[in-house]
Amino acid sequence: MDRADTFVARLRGAVVLANGFPLLSGVDLELERGSLSVLVGANGAGKTSLLRLLAGLHALSDGSGTVLGLDLRGGDRRLLRRRVGWLGHEGSFYDDLSVEENLTFAARALERPLDGLEPALERVGLLARRHITTRQLSAGQRRRLGLAWLLLRRPELWLLDEPYASLDDEGRVFFDDLLADVVAQGATVVVSAHDPLRSAALHPRTLHVAGGRIVGRDA
Amino acid sequence: MIRTARLVAGKDLRIELRSRVLLWQVVPFGVMALVLSGLALGPERAGHSSAAPGLFYLVVVLVALLMVNRSHAIESTPGTRASVATLGLDPAGVFLGKALALWIELCLSSVVLLAGSVLLLHTQLHGTLVALPSVVVTLGALAGAGTLYGALTSSGSAATLLPVLSLPAFAPLLIAGERSFSAALGGGPLLEWWVISVVALVAYLGLGILLYGVLEES
Repeated sequence: MDRADTFVARLRGAVVLANGFPLLSGVDLELERGSLSVLVGANGAGKTSLLRLLAGLHALSDGSGTVLGLDLRGGDRRLLRRRVGWLGHEGSFYDDLSVEENLTFAARALERPLDGLEPALERVGLLARRHITTRQLSAGQRRRLGLAWLLLRRPELWLLDEPYASLDDEGRVFFDDLLADVVAQGATVVVSAHDPLRSAALHPRTLHVAGGRIVGRDA
Repeated sequence: MIRTARLVAGKDLRIELRSRVLLWQVVPFGVMALVLSGLALGPERAGHSSAAPGLFYLVVVLVALLMVNRSHAIESTPGTRASVATLGLDPAGVFLGKALALWIELCLSSVVLLAGSVLLLHTQLHGTLVALPSVVVTLGALAGAGTLYGALTSSGSAATLLPVLSLPAFAPLLIAGERSFSAALGGGPLLEWWVISVVALVAYLGLGILLYGVLEES
């Protein structure tokens, strides 16, 4: 395996500006294939902006970077977006569509077979609620629907923005188990959180973010 | 592009079917606007008014503004925009799908408004039926223009700019639609006004296909 295959993402001095304001101010980062990284930092530190840059949702203003082999400066970010899995902290769905309709829309958009839908819903414990509208789900159930969306997609790179928010203890354990499975299957996962992960079994690399930069790393 | 358009149009129509915003909010607003127009003209002139086609299109434009806002609001809820962006849908297909759904919704609303026009403003039924093809084309052009301007103003506080920006684009369509409707009712050069609506339809669809992706990214 050469270096290009070892890393799914590499950033050098990555800067992201929004209306002249620096959301990221020089991030250096390498993400190894099959790794789990946790971005830890206070509100406004730049965790979400970094995840959005890796997802192709923010444009790179300065510096350089590649994600899944695609150049963040000159490449087509739409191609990158199709290959990453994004779970935002605000929820991700059409409120007036049912759980099943939301997933069907995503599967058809990505030209994925619909037979993966039922196992994904079963895995996240929403199979019995497949016909109710997303508006009726609790915050924790919406998180689980977001995970079903990602399970259906099977992306190479999972980008999860504060996924533990709104989850109870049972939900956190379920989520940790799922992350362990995903990483074991070779996917790369980046999670943002206010605190380091509690689960000792996951062995994540913790990256401390402050002021739009990575200011510290714990192995 | 066509596959994406069908997918997006199906999704938008399904959301309308579920939320019933069109049925319980937009159409009643249009009917009330039509009734108020009749009251403003007074009982004598409302019954014999040659202003009926103009009033019909004015109400259609107001209804279209509400529906364009609604069409883009369902994409703008927190998180939805980012998640849908990661589906990597073809922007041209998204534009066509949203315009198609909007056109169907406008056509359904217009059936009620035309019936209201016949009942409240005493528009001739035969002339109204003759005008239907030109109404359908004009609504298509309105849907194309509305979807394009909706994307331009869909972020944050820019949403309130939609009427200001889109009304100049809607004005030629309103004039062409009104003239062809009047021609259908009273005789006159219907075809040439209809051609203007067809050209506008093609132009707005072309512009939308070309520009929608750029507007979304910006």
